[in-house]
Amino acid sequence: MAITFLYPFFWMIMASLTPEKLIGSLTFIPDSFTFNNYLAMFGKIPIGRALLNSMFVSSVITLGVILIGAMVGYALAKTRFMGRNFIFYLIIFTMTLPFQITLIPNYITIVKLGWVDQYTALIIPFLVNNFAILMFRQSFMSVPQALIDAARIDGCSELRIIFQVLFPSIIPTIVTVGILTFMTTWNEVLWPLIVVRDEMVMTMPQLVTLFSVGGRADAQLGVKLASAVLLALPIMIAYSFFQKYFIQSMASSGIK
Amino acid sequence: MQVRPKKKRSILPYLLVSPYMLFFLVFVAFPVLFSFFLTFHKWNIISPMEYSGMDNYTRMFNDRLFWKSLRNTLWFLVIHIPLQIIFALGLAVFLNSKIKFKGLFRSVFFLPVIVSGVVVTIMWQQLYGFNGGVINQLLNSIGLGRVGWLTNPAMSMPSIAIMATWKNVGLYIILFLVGLQAVPEHYYEAAEIDGASSWQKLWYITIPAINPTIFMVIILSTIGGFSLFIEPYVMTGGGPLNSSLSSVLYIYKQAFEFYHMGYAATLGFAFAFIILIIIVIQKKYIEKKY
Repeated sequence: MAITFLYPFFWMIMASLTPEKLIGSLTFIPDSFTFNNYLAMFGKIPIGRALLNSMFVSSVITLGVILIGAMVGYALAKTRFMGRNFIFYLIIFTMTLPFQITLIPNYITIVKLGWVDQYTALIIPFLVNNFAILMFRQSFMSVPQALIDAARIDGCSELRIIFQVLFPSIIPTIVTVGILTFMTTWNEVLWPLIVVRDEMVMTMPQLVTLFSVGGRADAQLGVKLASAVLLALPIMIAYSFFQKYFIQSMASSGIK
Repeated sequence: MQVRPKKKRSILPYLLVSPYMLFFLVFVAFPVLFSFFLTFHKWNIISPMEYSGMDNYTRMFNDRLFWKSLRNTLWFLVIHIPLQIIFALGLAVFLNSKIKFKGLFRSVFFLPVIVSGVVVTIMWQQLYGFNGGVINQLLNSIGLGRVGWLTNPAMSMPSIAIMATWKNVGLYIILFLVGLQAVPEHYYEAAEIDGASSWQKLWYITIPAINPTIFMVIILSTIGGFSLFIEPYVMTGGGPLNSSLSSVLYIYKQAFEFYHMGYAATLGFAFAFIILIIIVIQKKYIEKKY
C-alpha cells in the first residue's frame, strides 16, 4: 500500500531525468539519464522568476495572516467592546460561505482597482484569514488575564502585549497558522489564473499549469514532468524537515 | 490597574478589528450583494451592463452543460466519498494497531496531501495514459485489457475520483486516528468477553464512536467535490464530451473564456445554494442514523 503512495513520485522524478523517447517505456529506473528536460524547461519558461514570485507572495501572506489574525483574535478574546459577538458570528458565517459566490465579483473588484497583473491582486485578498483569527482567539482565551494586567501596569501598549508578551506562549498556534497558510498559498492555482496574465508575475503552480495545458511544452512529456518536479520540490523539502508540524497542523485544521 | 485611562481601551479593540472589517466589506459583503445584482444582468466587463431580468436563470435551467456539470459533480461524490471513507478508515485502523514503522507509514500516506494538486494531476495523467501509462501496462501484463481512464467518457470522472481519494486519504487517516484514540479501550475488552468478532467490533463500537469524524469527512469531501477545478482543467480540459466538466470549471469557462459575467455569477449562486442544501441533508440524515 505504501508503495502505491511513493511510486508515482518516484516515477515522475525518474521520468523527468529520462530522454523523451524512452519515457513511454519507463516503469522503474531509466536506461540512461539526462538533464536535457530541465535545461529545455529553463529555456522555455521563467520558472526561476516564478519560484521567487511564489516565495514572495506566500511569505508576505503568511506574515500578514499571522499579524492580522493575532490582532483580531486578541481583540475578540481579551477585550470588551460593543459588537464583539457580532463580529465573531460574522467570521463564522464568512467561513461557511461557498467561494463560488464571491469568485466573479472579486475578480471584478481587482479589475476596477487596476490590480490585474500586480502582486497586490495575489496578496491583499488573502491577508485576512477567518480560520487564523479563530485559532488565535482560541489560544489567547487560554492565556491568563494576570499576564496581560501585569504588562498593562508596566505600561506596555496593547500591540506590545500581543506581539512581545503573549506571542512566546502561543508558539504552537503561530506554527500551525504559519504552515497552513504558507502551504495553501503556495499551492493556490485558481485565483492566480484569474488575476494574472503576465508571465513575470505568475506564481509557480500557475506557470506550471499553463505550461502543461497550453501546449508550450510542445507535447514534450519530459519537460512537463521536470516542471512538476521543480514545483513539488520546495514543499517536499519543507515537509521532510517539519513533518511532525505539517501533520499536526493539518489535523487541527480538520478538527476545527 | 484602574489607573489606565478607560477611554484609550475603548477605541483600541475597534482599531484591532478594523483590518477584518475592511476585508469583510470589500471581499465578502460587497461581492455577495454585487454578485446577486449581476445575476439580473448581462455583462462582458468591457461594454456597459445590460439589465436582463430573469434571463440568466431561465437560461441556466435550460442549459444542458449546467445540468451536466452538476451530474458530473454528484457522480464524483458518489464514487469518491465511499472510497475515501473505506480507505481512510481501513488504513487508520491498521495504523492504530501495534505495527512497526507506524510514523513512517503515516508520513508516506500524508505526502500527497501537502503537494500541489497540479503536481498530483500531471503525475496521474501519465499513470492513466492509454498506451504508455503504468496502470494500463500493469493491467495488460496480468491479462486484463487496457482501460481508457481519461479517454472514455464513462471513466473520466471515476478516474479523477480515484486520484482525489489518493491525494486526500492521508489527511483523513490522521483525523480518523484522532477519533480512534478517543474510543475507550474497555469497550473493546467488554466486547471481547462477549465473544465479538473483529467485524462486529468495527461495526458496533468503532463506527458509531467515530461517527462525528465520518460526518466531517463527508462534509469536507462534498465541499472538495464542488471545488474540483485544477484536476479536470489540467488532465482532461473537462472532456471527453464534457464528461469531466466540474462545476467550478464551468463557472471558470463562462466567466473567463466567454466573459459572461452575469451568467457565471448566476451559476456561482446556484452551485453555492446546492452545496448548502446537500450539507443540510447530510447533516440531518447522518445525525439521525445513530
